[in-house]
This record gives sequence, C-alpha cells and structure tokens, in this order.
Amino acid sequence: MNIVVCVKHVPDAQGDRTFRESDNTTDRANVDGLLSELDEYAVETALQLVEADGGEVTVVTMGPDQASDAIKKALQMGADKGVHICDDALHGSDAVATSLVLAKAIEKLGPVDLVVTGMASTDGTMGVVPAMLAERLGLPQVTFASEISVADGAVTIRRDGDAGSQTIRSGLPALVSVTDQINEPRYPSFKGIMAAKKKPVESWTLADVGVGPDEVGLGAAWTTVSSFAARPPRGAGTIVSDDGTGADQLVAFLSERKFV
Amino acid sequence: MAEVLVLVDHVGGTVRKTTSELLTIARRIGEPSAVFIGDGYDAAKGVLAAFGAQKVYRVDAAEATAYLVAPQAEILAQIAGAASPAAILVASSAEGKEVAARLAIKLSSGLVTDAVGVDVTDGAITTTQSVFAGSYTVKASVNRGTPIIAVKPNSAAPEESPSSPSEESVAYTPSGASAAAAIVSTVPKAASGRPELTEAAIVVSGGRGTGGDFSKVEAFADSLGAAVGASRAAVDAGWYPHTSQVGQTGKQVSPSLYVACGISGAIQHRAGMQTSKTIIAVNKDPEAPIFELVDFGVVGDLFAVLPDATAKVAAAKG
Repeated sequence: MNIVVCVKHVPDAQGDRTFRESDNTTDRANVDGLLSELDEYAVETALQLVEADGGEVTVVTMGPDQASDAIKKALQMGADKGVHICDDALHGSDAVATSLVLAKAIEKLGPVDLVVTGMASTDGTMGVVPAMLAERLGLPQVTFASEISVADGAVTIRRDGDAGSQTIRSGLPALVSVTDQINEPRYPSFKGIMAAKKKPVESWTLADVGVGPDEVGLGAAWTTVSSFAARPPRGAGTIVSDDGTGADQLVAFLSERKFV
Repeated sequence: MAEVLVLVDHVGGTVRKTTSELLTIARRIGEPSAVFIGDGYDAAKGVLAAFGAQKVYRVDAAEATAYLVAPQAEILAQIAGAASPAAILVASSAEGKEVAARLAIKLSSGLVTDAVGVDVTDGAITTTQSVFAGSYTVKASVNRGTPIIAVKPNSAAPEESPSSPSEESVAYTPSGASAAAAIVSTVPKAASGRPELTEAAIVVSGGRGTGGDFSKVEAFADSLGAAVGASRAAVDAGWYPHTSQVGQTGKQVSPSLYVACGISGAIQHRAGMQTSKTIIAVNKDPEAPIFELVDFGVVGDLFAVLPDATAKVAAAKG
C-alpha cells in the first residue's frame, strides 16, 4: 500500500505563541517548533497499516526551512521518505492555499492508496484541510477516525460525532484523518533515529508542483486578519482554602453571580 | 435584502440550539433562509419559523444523508448558485467545519471557522475568533466570494422573531465523488438527560483528581442543571467517554459558568474552556495552573467540597 501522510510543523503550544506585528500572520520564526502532536497519530496509523500489509509511507509537509524537522521526526518514527515543499511565496498561506499545494504535491507523487492526516493542526486548529484535500483530489472523505481497518480494497472507520458513533466505509483510494483516540504514537528508537539520516527527503518549490506564486501566500488568502489582540489577563480571582467553609463560600459566589 | 443561508443542525428534526443562534446572526446580515437536509422537518419547522427564517430549502433525498459530509456541501453549493446569498452560516462543529471547508473550495469563497462573534457594519461582516488556546482574539473578514462562516455555540443570544417561511423543495442527486464515503451505521449517543456539552450554559468537569469517581462531579452538575465534561487525563484513563472531553482535541466550550474539579489546567485543557465567562476551580493543589484562570477557586478536596456544595445548591433552589 502506498500511503502519503501530510504533516505540519507548528509552534510549540507550551511556548508563547504569537503573531507578527507586520502582517498579522502566525510567528513561526521566533518560537520553537515541532511536528504537530496530532500528526503523530497519522504517522503511526500509516506505519501500522504498512507493517501489516506492506507498502511505503511518504511524508509531505509545506512550510519554511525549519519545517523539515517535522519530516525528520516522521522518518525517525519509521516513514520511508519525505517531501518538503518550501518556497518564500508560501508565507501567510491560508487553509485554502495549503490544501491546493498539498493536493498538487500528492498528485505529483503518483497513485496512492491512502492519504492520511491528523484531525487538525495544533496551531490553526481549523481542522478543514483534510476535507479540502478530499474535495480537491476527488477522494472519498473518511475523516475523524478513532478506529480504522483496511481490507479487501476498502477502508472502514469509526467516527464519533456529536449525535452518535458512525461507521464509515469507502473504497480505496481514500483520504483519512485520524483523532488522538486511534493509537499510541511510538517514540523514535535509536535505530530509527540513525536510519532516518539515510532516508531520502526531496525539496520541492511551488514551480515543482505546478502552483503559481499568485495562488498562495498572504496576498492570495481569501480571508484577511484585520487585527489581533492578546486576551486581557483575567482579573485575579478569589481563592480560598477549604477549612470546612469552602462549599459555603463557593455557593455564596454562585448565588452572588446569580447561578443559583 | 439578500438571503443568508443557514445550514440547520439537527438530529432527526430535533434542532440544536446553535441553529437558533445562527438564524439570529443571519438576521443582522440579511434574510435568513434555512437549509434543512434529512428527515424530521415537521418537528423542526416551528423552531425555524420562531427564529425568523423567511424561507426554508428542504432536501429529503435519501442520498443526501447516506454519505459523509460531501453531499451537504454539494447541496449548499447548488442552492447558493441559484440564490446568490450574502453569506452562508454553519455550526462550527467538526462536521459543520468540514461542510464549510468543501463549500469554500466549490464556491472559491473565503472561510472563517470557530467564530465566537459576527459583527455587521454597513453590510460588511467581521468575525471574532479566539486563538492559541484562548490567549489571543483575532478579527477577520472574508475578501473573496460568499463569506462562509462556521460559528461556535453560545456566540449569540438566540432572539425569537416569528415568521411564516416559504418552503422550497430541492431535488438532489449526489455526484460520484460525493457518493463515496458511505455511512454504514450510526449508534446514537446514550441519552444522559443532561444538556449537550457544547451548548450548555453551565459545564462541570472532572479530571485526574476524581481518581475515576465522577459521581460527585455528576451530582454537582445535576444540582446546577449543567453538562458534565472531562479532562484528557480522565478520558485517557478510561474514566469518562471521549465525547465528553473538553480541550484541544475534544470539545471547545464557552459556557457562562465552567467548574473545573480536580483538573490541573494544562494548555490542552485550557484550549477548550478558556473563553468561558466565569470560571471556578476546586483542586487540592494550590499550585495548579487552573487557579491562574479562575474567578473563584477552592483549594481543597473535591470529595469534601462538592457533596457539601451540591446539598447547599439544592437547598437554595428549594
């Protein structure tokens, strides 16, 4: 099975994430970055499927130079090769442009059985790129998988929605996104870390995937961020130690705020 | 006035509260037209009229609900092609956002998801979003095509505005690409008798500090008429279902009151509740980061504080 996994390099959520004053885009330069935690589940899913049935896992990312770290991590976990689409014109791209570039890259890679992604990135958190990719590639959209099985040329998942738990099935090829419920991503082994150094990583420009610079980047974004503001710190709350009257004080607060 | 399409979020005709909020927002922009896909229209009709729908597009083709997400986007694109709406509003649920995503590509239109506010000035729509785990507020607008906006629950107070909507039946046959991911079966969520987590005015959540015993959290929630949530630690431990998880990889909630019990307040959890209007925490650890967020905090054992508070709330309510 040929599987393409799309991953994203994101600012570490444990650090102070912020925006660039100059153009209201996410600051990716002055913060530590890493492979989006939710993408580890996608890499693990692909590895498990290939370990069971054979095949190859290709990791694709789009982003600035340091985004290659996301590919490196996936290769250390066990993916076979990587593609890094890196081009200055990509700066400020929205989900629409991201899905365009990824779709073109996947088409260039040739026939695939599965495209696997995480459920959302941990920075933008929109969770829309998988659906956009399915739309652009004309692939069945099999998203938010909390369980997956592939057999007889079909993929079946469990999707837990607001109204209930659904079983979704489609033929291959298909696009699958996975949640953090699907597996426990492995840590790279020492052997995996050493092996990753020899694995091929191609670097592609926009021209390589056949996308024009006017179709991506901040200028081509279909939405405009007009302002950003740090949320004002919450006013210092009242904190009491429970000396037996904690519940009384709690209920008094609830009634003062008219919740009781 | 131009139409504003609102995709009705419902289960078998039971309309979610978010839809009445969307209709209220739609009235600020233009004339709300509800798009109702699936069975149960008779049950939904009254709600749509009460909140001011001027028109209802009805799609009852079985194929529309037999496949995941794609048909809904195709139907909205089909209706938008004929109606040229001023905007299209959907609920910012996982499914709503996916419908919006596909629609944005189909209509070559800009998309805003997770909006917590929608303002209209002289016909121009500006959205408000809360990003980076609630640490920043972002204002944005769509600059291309028909604005497609996915709005989070509790982003507007629903206001009634009774109307007598006209009805238009829409014929629909899915394209090959949309009739691909089949919904083989659906197991409805067990009814808890409590409000829906994302829509609830009050949410009481439990975490690691419950040690797996959610009974005190549930009892306190019930005394307040609240929904029950759980932290990722509690869900990962198997103590509470994932559908109740509040946080980055679970539900993002924005209730009037959020009560965190035995939850430390890691970034993963804060991303799901930081925009709550009032926050209360009960935790044994005075150093727990959750106390940085609270309006009121009790440093104490939830197994002592909650039952006492439950009894006192019940007494106060008579």
